Amino acid sequence: MTNNALSIEHVRKDRGNVTVLDDLSLTVSAGERVALLGHNGAGKSTLIKTILGLTPLTAGQISIGGAKPGSTSARRATAYLPEAVSFHPALTGREQLTLFARLDGQAADIQGLLERVGLSDAMDRRVGTYSKGMRQRLGLAQVLLGKPKVALLDEPTSGLDPISRQDLYAIIDELAEHGTAVLIASHALTEVEARTDRIAILRKGVKVADDTLESLSAQAGLPTRMRIRATEAQADTIAAKMGGARINGASVEIHCEPDQKMARLRDIAAMGDAVVDIEMTPPRLEDLYRHFAKEGMQ
Amino acid sequence: MTRFLSIAATEMLILRRNRWLLMATVVMVLFALALTFAGSAPTGTLGVDMLTISVTSMTTLSVYLAPLLALMISFDAIAGESERGSLALLLSYPAGRGEILLGKFAAHLAALAFAMTVGFGTAGAIAAWFGGAGPDSLFALARLIFTSILLGAVFLALGYLVSALSRSATAAAGMSAGLWLIFVVLYDLGLLGAVVMDGGGNFTRSIFPWLMVANPADAFRVWNIAASDGVAMASGMSGAAQTLPDWAAPLSLILWPVVAFLLARAAFKRVEP
Repeated sequence: MTNNALSIEHVRKDRGNVTVLDDLSLTVSAGERVALLGHNGAGKSTLIKTILGLTPLTAGQISIGGAKPGSTSARRATAYLPEAVSFHPALTGREQLTLFARLDGQAADIQGLLERVGLSDAMDRRVGTYSKGMRQRLGLAQVLLGKPKVALLDEPTSGLDPISRQDLYAIIDELAEHGTAVLIASHALTEVEARTDRIAILRKGVKVADDTLESLSAQAGLPTRMRIRATEAQADTIAAKMGGARINGASVEIHCEPDQKMARLRDIAAMGDAVVDIEMTPPRLEDLYRHFAKEGMQ
Repeated sequence: MTRFLSIAATEMLILRRNRWLLMATVVMVLFALALTFAGSAPTGTLGVDMLTISVTSMTTLSVYLAPLLALMISFDAIAGESERGSLALLLSYPAGRGEILLGKFAAHLAALAFAMTVGFGTAGAIAAWFGGAGPDSLFALARLIFTSILLGAVFLALGYLVSALSRSATAAAGMSAGLWLIFVVLYDLGLLGAVVMDGGGNFTRSIFPWLMVANPADAFRVWNIAASDGVAMASGMSGAAQTLPDWAAPLSLILWPVVAFLLARAAFKRVEP
């Protein structure tokens, strides 16, 4: 009835007395990139393992293109990148990827894939000699095998340098363009910001937010932070006038709501020479994440 | 089927790459040769050929070495993958858990069979060359190789069981060492103690032989020793084995790998990577 590549409905997972996932619903449609954010132990990895059918559900259901988790067709349709994965040190990258391609049951351009993830020089070296980032790239290469319908990436950027991260997100974009539904569990908020279509935030196994970045920002109504650097003599006057707090000598910091931002800027501009510099920080994903992750904790 | 073969081929590659296959074969050849030459002295007095003596010595060796070599490969099979984080990934592919375990088992057993055949075969050939061999002693050598592989299969499967039950490869290694000690050393010591306490009573005559043959390592010994008059004479320890029916030891040694593998399969099913 829907084109959801992945649909998770009212999933609950108990481990002993602890509820790891609680009434969680989430859908990812073909070609969509969804970021799954949450603090350590929020249930991100557990959710991914339930989708893979590696751990049984207590209640609810999951469908991968209509198939049940762990079924052969579901396993064929999914690609998975575990967090900080390693491979047998005695095998070369090419041998390891060849094994995965055979298990997948489809012919694949092993060399092309390894070149795509930047391992062309290292593909015939043993994995034991690889750096953490190279192992991560090898893990990424196996995600690209067999054009998956759903890709589940658990902390894909861990251990990667900034340039590799750019490459990684380019590859993720490519996957999505080819119609793969991508679910990325991540801590690296700043990168997820620009690179995903939707953001879901988990807190202690409960989904506390699930929307586009813009909508989430509007919902949270987080203030923009302004830092005004004034001349020595004027700092106190400005602090009093604008109602902010004085910090380190000549600076004043104020927070303003989204709708007051322009009014405040006009006030500052009217002060003339008293203001030396002004720095504006719009709410970032970090703030948003903190907002939603903390909400309801009281 | 292709998945099973891919797993087996990769495991074989690993065993060759990390020199396990080479080391195990060299160890087997060296030990077998040493025992053959060191044990060749009593040939004249017992009136059997040198190969028979050699097989007897190698039987004693294999009881210790086959389980050890088997456990050394198998303890890492599941716990190691789990520790590296590659088990979850492997299980996200269409290959079933039974297929994965069977693939590893096939490769490990083939490697073990290779080391055993080359090791015992070399020693046997040299003994036959220097001291002569008859059809009986050649048959005993073939039986030694075959039963050693079976004994190895038991401990491969037990190694997988331990590997599936433990949280880390280190724990699996420790448990494997314990397993070896129990099956190969402590079990026999316990039985020996019981026999001494019993002083030739009912236990020694009717229960002890069955308890002995229930242990795969002892079943291996009994099968090799009792089935061959020459070997039994050379080893001088056939008393207990004679009270058992002929099928007892072979049955035990054939059942053990199957049961142990099924147990390992069941334990692996419950592993949540």
